[in-house]
This record gives sequence, structure tokens and C-alpha cells, in this order.
Amino acid sequence: MRYLPLTPEDRAQMLGVIGVDSIDALFVDVPASAQRSGTVDLPLHAGELEVEREMAALAKRNRSAGEGPFFCGAGAYRHHVPATVDHIIQRSEFLTSYTPYQPEIAQGTLQVLFEFQTQVAALTGMEVANASLYDGSTAAAEAVMMATRVTRRNKAVMSGGVHPHYVETIDTLAHAAGVATERLAVAIDAEDAVIAAIDADTACVVVQTPNVFGTATDVTKIAAAAQAAGALLIVVTTEVVSLGLLKSPGEMGADIVVAEGQSIGNGLNFGGPYVGLFACKEKYIRQAPGRLCGETVDADGRRGFVLTLSTREQHIRRDKATSNICTNSGLCALAFSIHMSLLGEVGLRQLAAINHEKARALRDALAAIPGVEILTPRFFNEFAIRVPGNAADMVETLAGHGIIAGVPFSRLDAHAGLDDVLLVAATETTLDIDITFFSKVLAKVVAQ
Amino acid sequence: MSMNSVGRPTRPETANDAAGAHETLTGARGLLQDEALIFELGGWDKTGVDLPDASASADDLDSLLRTAPIGLPGLSEPETVRHYVRLSQKNHAIDLALYPLGSCTMKHNPRLNEKMARLPGFSDIHPLQPQSTVQGALQLMDRLAHWLKTLTGMPAVALTPKAGAHGEMCGMLAIRAAHEANGQGHRKTVLAPTSAHGTNPATAAFVGYTVVEIAQTEDGRVDMADLESKLGDHVAAIMVTNPNTCGLFERDIVEIARLTHAAGAYFYCDGANFNAIVGRVRPGDLGVDAMHINLHKTFSTPHGGGGPGAGPVVLSEALAPFAPTPWLVHGDDGFSLVEHAGEEGAETAFGRLSAFHGQMGMYVRAYAYMLSHGADGLRQVAEDAVLNANYLKARLSDVMSPAFPEGPCMHEALFDDSWLEGTGVTTLDFAKAMIDEGFHPMTMYFPLVVHGAMLIEPTETESRQELDRFVEALRALAGAAKAGDVERFKGAPFHAPMRRLDETLAARKPRLRWKPVAEAPLAAE
Repeated sequence: MRYLPLTPEDRAQMLGVIGVDSIDALFVDVPASAQRSGTVDLPLHAGELEVEREMAALAKRNRSAGEGPFFCGAGAYRHHVPATVDHIIQRSEFLTSYTPYQPEIAQGTLQVLFEFQTQVAALTGMEVANASLYDGSTAAAEAVMMATRVTRRNKAVMSGGVHPHYVETIDTLAHAAGVATERLAVAIDAEDAVIAAIDADTACVVVQTPNVFGTATDVTKIAAAAQAAGALLIVVTTEVVSLGLLKSPGEMGADIVVAEGQSIGNGLNFGGPYVGLFACKEKYIRQAPGRLCGETVDADGRRGFVLTLSTREQHIRRDKATSNICTNSGLCALAFSIHMSLLGEVGLRQLAAINHEKARALRDALAAIPGVEILTPRFFNEFAIRVPGNAADMVETLAGHGIIAGVPFSRLDAHAGLDDVLLVAATETTLDIDITFFSKVLAKVVAQ
Repeated sequence: MSMNSVGRPTRPETANDAAGAHETLTGARGLLQDEALIFELGGWDKTGVDLPDASASADDLDSLLRTAPIGLPGLSEPETVRHYVRLSQKNHAIDLALYPLGSCTMKHNPRLNEKMARLPGFSDIHPLQPQSTVQGALQLMDRLAHWLKTLTGMPAVALTPKAGAHGEMCGMLAIRAAHEANGQGHRKTVLAPTSAHGTNPATAAFVGYTVVEIAQTEDGRVDMADLESKLGDHVAAIMVTNPNTCGLFERDIVEIARLTHAAGAYFYCDGANFNAIVGRVRPGDLGVDAMHINLHKTFSTPHGGGGPGAGPVVLSEALAPFAPTPWLVHGDDGFSLVEHAGEEGAETAFGRLSAFHGQMGMYVRAYAYMLSHGADGLRQVAEDAVLNANYLKARLSDVMSPAFPEGPCMHEALFDDSWLEGTGVTTLDFAKAMIDEGFHPMTMYFPLVVHGAMLIEPTETESRQELDRFVEALRALAGAAKAGDVERFKGAPFHAPMRRLDETLAARKPRLRWKPVAEAPLAAE
């Protein structure tokens, strides 16, 4: 077996050194009722070639985004990732190292995390950021828990524009933790509605910009209202490229910003692994979840980096920890950081401008189709349209024409009465001919 | 001095001209560069990508537009490559040498897995594109589920948890939902041994339970009398790691499960150490109700410097109905996902753990690994992992003090620090000296039940030669400690990219980001 270095002679000699006569003697503590003599009922080992064949056959049964017109977003976006990114993250020293518990031999990972934290803080307009969480949705749930610790209050109010899967993720954890949640009616352009729902029990309000319908919102007023009531404002962003064009949540007064970082450096991967960005005001950092990397010096006085403020964490505080998270999204954070270093401010702004331009072109093409209505008033690279009929059925029909048309809202929330709403996104990977083809075919389908 | 024919010295001028004896002028140490931060290297107007111009205006966004600078430096492509390659060289890695972190299972990460995960049919598909266009992905998830269920002897699996601790949360939420559904919502206590991973009590508390510790016997196992005395109508679950964090198999595990069930509680097993028994012992045969499996440990997906991981949770018949969405179902038209709790087919699901379907990229890698090893190879994995750990224990027991000398260990060998008594060397010092000898230290000061703990997990992917090299290094270090060569340990590491770092300073004066306004350099107090 190619991954196992021991030879039969090694094994025999090593058993001799240990002083037992068979491997079974090392499993004596396993109850007899659970001892299995043979192999479990699964196929036996296979060579590289056989494995590749089987995997390739499975991969072939999926229509990849790059094969043709593709307009899905709703929390995961297809962007071009420079070849450099994938090359570097496959370096052994990054790929096959553990969480940096021994800083003297993990400065590579630690410096990357310090740079990553700084990039995330700059991008979100916040003072500090952590070293990543699993994804945007779990980061949102962690932010709500953190807000209850900071404010010692017990209720979260979520706008009708927060991604329904994020709402479900928050609700699941909140329910178990005994935190009340209030989700306002699903709405395309009403993030401000949370203001009226703030009361003396409100630990935080959760809003999203651009929201799940793509609507971008100035949350300054919401921040002021939350602050006046002693609640925290949590701003969710699922498309971080938007921050190259739009004002950052920090500039608008957010207390905690959580985002899905997948758009930078990371592929679609059918939903994971992704990278949760988490940033907040510095005064709240001791209540923050997850790893933090900080600057220090070594015995020779040279600058170095270590994991720090770990008395918040599960391995020290156990049941009093701020979160149970241990392994996070280190390699995805590295990919994010490399891609962001390549882009720089100039590249990010230009990338964002191109995304917006593509989305406007898509909007213009779809708006010209009789029966199709554009619903999102202000958007970055994604917007909602109303189609005559069931959007999910239409998406299936268009898939038959080779077009992945977007995400029907009913897939995210079947009970919102928005079965005729379709979310469509465009990025720098969208070609003009994709837009032309999509609008032509959609026009035909709508006319039928 | 010896010279070659062109006058070049063929030997160092002086014998004592050892590395580290002289500070360099640049701060570099040979191949190791003193690398600045991207904020010090990059340019505010520089970029490493070539993008087309964007001509359309964004006038519709008006007051929402960003006006102030963001503060993100850019690097050209060659500068970017060099920056990260230089940084990478300051990391230890499993590809470089033994990485014996106990309970972390740092085994070889096959590159075939990486290649497979990058097939566009897996890496370039969207979680919400029509299910008819991702049948291969759903089938892969179904096959992975089949392998996990078969290897554990459990009837169901929730694939979506994103790491081990997330898996614990999944299992505990299923337990909670089951109790609530059965009118047992008053059960608010979770029992866990003192030796448990920190994530166990953290998870239990995070989902609203109170944690009570179970004592441990002198031979490193759950104290049955203590367990029995603490079980009762208020207990929702026990969380036990098996093999446990002392590297020992819980001999009474079947009885633990029986007592737990008799008390109306569920048995959550922390499966972080599944590598010791995979293919040989099925947790389902032991009475487990829920167990997470770290794909980044047992099933070889890379740890990536701190993730991403994946922590699928196998569930018993009693807990399966409460598994989180999405649920994968196989109908007449192929595979489909039931995505929302309460929908037909997932009426009793406890909710959702994250936005999408979990860690597909890790599923692909783990499945490629499973196919490669097969049922026979996986059994050999467990046997070799246990053999390697016992071999280390046997070869080190005369110079170090095993915490539990009697009987075999499983996949990791636990030592305490009693053998260092009187030497002036601590577990931490010893670990830092290991760095100088080219090895990553073992897990230190965990589990908490052993003084100055050193937990060594070699895994099955180490050759006998590498194990012997490691043994010789540790024996030599142990000899030096006992011979009074304290300096070798107190100042260590001397030969790593950095000397020992001041963690107290970092916590006392937190600097968590680079700042554009130059700050005074930090200095030890």
C-alpha cells in the first residue's frame, strides 16, 4: 500500500521490540464483542489510476460553471483566481502544517494570519479582525452569540434581507443557546425596518448589504439607532468584492462585520470549504470567537508573531470559552490573502468596477424582455428579477439549454411567496455572449 | 587550511564557526530571509493582476460609493510568489519531518487527493445550481456517507459539519432535539471526563448545557463508580473520547454506553482518535449514539496550517431523525437534497449548521483516500498507527516516564514529566529543544490529568527509519537533560527561524494588525 512505509519485516521486528507476538495483542483492551477479524464490507485498495478513473467519472456528471453561461450567486460567487494562488497554497509548508502552536517553526503561517487580519480589518473598515471562521454563515451565528455576551441581552433582530440560510444557521444555534431571534418579513429593500424592532432586550440587529436580493444599503442610520438603544449592529456581507466599490460597514458605524470571503482566492467547491471573515471594534475583542494572531518579539528582540488572547478559547477556558471553534479555515484564509495581495487596492477597485459593469449589462439585457421585471433598486453584481411563472421551473428549462440561470428564491425560502423571483449574478467571468445568449433564451422561454 | 585547485577553501576556516555564532548584517539566516510584511513591501498603486478597464459609471450607487482609501497594498506577481515562498520556509510541515502532535493525527497528505479535488466537476460547481446538473457531486456525497456508515457501523451520517468542534455541536444539537421531542427537555447536564478535549465542554456549554466532570481512574480510564453516581434524570448526554486522550482504549466502553442509556441519556463519542481503530473496530458495536469523524485526521485531508477541516457525524437510529439539513435522498430521478428543516422528508431536522452543504472539497479528498486504501488498507492504517506508537513507547520508556506503563497504548503514547524531576528542564524546554533537532514537538500539557504531559502520536505514515531517528534524537536529548546540560534547553530553540517568542508580551499589549502609522517596536518588559 503506497501510503504505508512499514514492511512485513519491520512489523515483525517492531512487535519483537515491544515484546508481543501479534498485532492483536495491542488491541486487547477492545471488548471481545467489538473485535472484528476480517475487513469491513467495502472495496479493497486501489491504485492511483483506478481512483482517478472513478473520481473522473463522478466529476463528469456535474456541469461546471466554466463550461458556459452561468449566473448563480446567493452567497457564493465565481471569480477568476490567479494561478499563483493555487500554486502557493499547495506548497508543503502551508498545506501540510498544523495550527501554529509552536510559533518558532510556524512563522510562515503566523505572518500570513497577521497580514490576513490586517487586510480583513482594512476591507471591512474595522479596527481588528480574527484569523477566520468556517464561513460567512457560521461567522454570523458567532457574531450574534458575541453580541449577547457584550450587551448581556438576549435577543437578536434580523432584517428581511439577510440570506435565509444565514438566518437558519443563526436560529439553530440561538435556539440551543436560549437566545431569542426575531426575523422581519422578507423584503427586497427594507434593511431599515430593523430600527423599529429594537427594544430594551435587543442585543444586536443583523442586516446584510448587499442583501440576499443584491440591494446595497447605507446602514448609517441603523448604526445610530442601535447605538442609541445599547444594541450592537452586525453587518453581513456575502460578496466581499463589493467592498472594492461600496463604503465599508465600518465607515457606516458597524460594531461587528461578518462576511463570506470565498470570492477572493477561493473556488465555488459546491459550497465549501469557504472562509468566514470576522471583524469588530477593538473594545470587544476579548469577547470575540476564534484564533487571533498578534505581534511580539523573540528572545533576540526580533519581530515575530504568535497566537494570542487564547484565554478566550476552548483549549484554555473549556466550558467558559467564547466559542467552541478550534480548526478554522487557515488555508482558505491564505488563499484570500494571496489573492488580495495580488489585487492590491487598485486591482480590487477595478475588479469591483468590472463586476458592477457586467451586472448592469445583464440588468439592461434582462430588463428588455417583456414580462421580466427588475426588482432590486441598487445593486453591486447581483439582483433579483420577477419572471412570469415559477422561477425554479424556468431554471430547469434553461439548464436544458446549457444555461445555469441563477438561484430561484424559493430554493432559499419556499414560504416567502416569492416563487417567481430569480436571483442573478454577473462577475468578471461573465462574457458578453453569455449575457446575450441568456437573454435570448429567457425571452423565448418567457414568451412560451 | 585545505584549498582546492582554484584556491577555494574546502573546509570551514575555524571549527567553532557554528550557525548562529554571528549575527548577519541583513537579518537573514542563509536561506531564511528576514521577510517584511506586505504592508511594508507593497505599493498602494501596484497590482499583480491585469484586468480590462471598466467604463460604465456606478452613478446609481451614488452615496454608497467608497471614497476613502481602503489601505490594501498590492504586489506584482513575482514579488507575491517570493513573499509567500520565503514565508513558507519558516514553517514545519509533515512533508518535512515527523509531526508527532498527539490527538492531531498528522499523517501524510496524498497529492492524488489534491489533484482530484481540483477537477472542475468538483471545484467549479455552485452549491445552488440545479440539482440535475450536480448528480455526480451528490453521488460522491452518498458514497462517502456509505463508507463512513460502514466503517463505523452506524445507520446515518450528517456530512455538513465543517470541523471536529462543529461536528460536536451537530451531535449535541441532535441529542438536544431528541430529548425535546421525547419530553426530556429538562435534561440539562452533560458529563465529560477531565481528560476531554477543550472543545467538548466548550461545545456542550455553547448549546446550553452545564458540564460536570467525570473522574478518571489511576489507569487512565473513566471512573465507572463516579460515572454511575453522576448519571441521572438530569443528564442529557456523556461525551467520551475513545480511544481517549491518554491514548488508551476505554475498556468499559460497552458498560459506559449501557449505563448511559439506562439513565435515559445519549452517548456522544469524540472521534478525533478514530485513526487508531478504523477498519478494525466499529463504534456502532460499542453503543455510541453520535460520533464526529475528523476527515482532516483519519482520512488524510491536509490541515492547511489550521483548516479547513471537516467533521461528519455518524448517528444512531434514535438520533438520525434530528440530523440537520440538507438531507441527501435518493429517488427515482437520482439524488436530491432536502434543504430546509420541516420540509417533507426532513420534518424533524434540528436546523442548519451552515449556509451550504459542508466541505465538498474535503469530501473529495477523503473519498479518494478511502478508495486508495480500501477496506484492507484502512485496517492496516489502524494497526500500523498503533504499532508505531507502541514501538515509540517501548523504545523511550527507559529514559522517559510513560504515564501509563502497564499494557499497550493505542495510536499515541503519553509521558509525564516525572523523569525530568531535578533536571531543571520543563516539558516546554524539552519541546523547544526538539525543534533544534529538526522535529516538531509533541502535544504538551495535554491531557490535563497528567503532570507536564507529552503526548506523542507518530501515525502510520512514518517509516521505521524515521521513528528510529526520532527515538535517537529524544534519547540523546533526555541524556543531555539528565547530564545537566540545561542551557541546551532553557534557551532553545537556537536553530529555528525564530528564538523563543514572548507570548506574555503579545497578550499584554495586543497588536493584532499592522498600522499605517509607525508604532514603537515592541520590546520585552
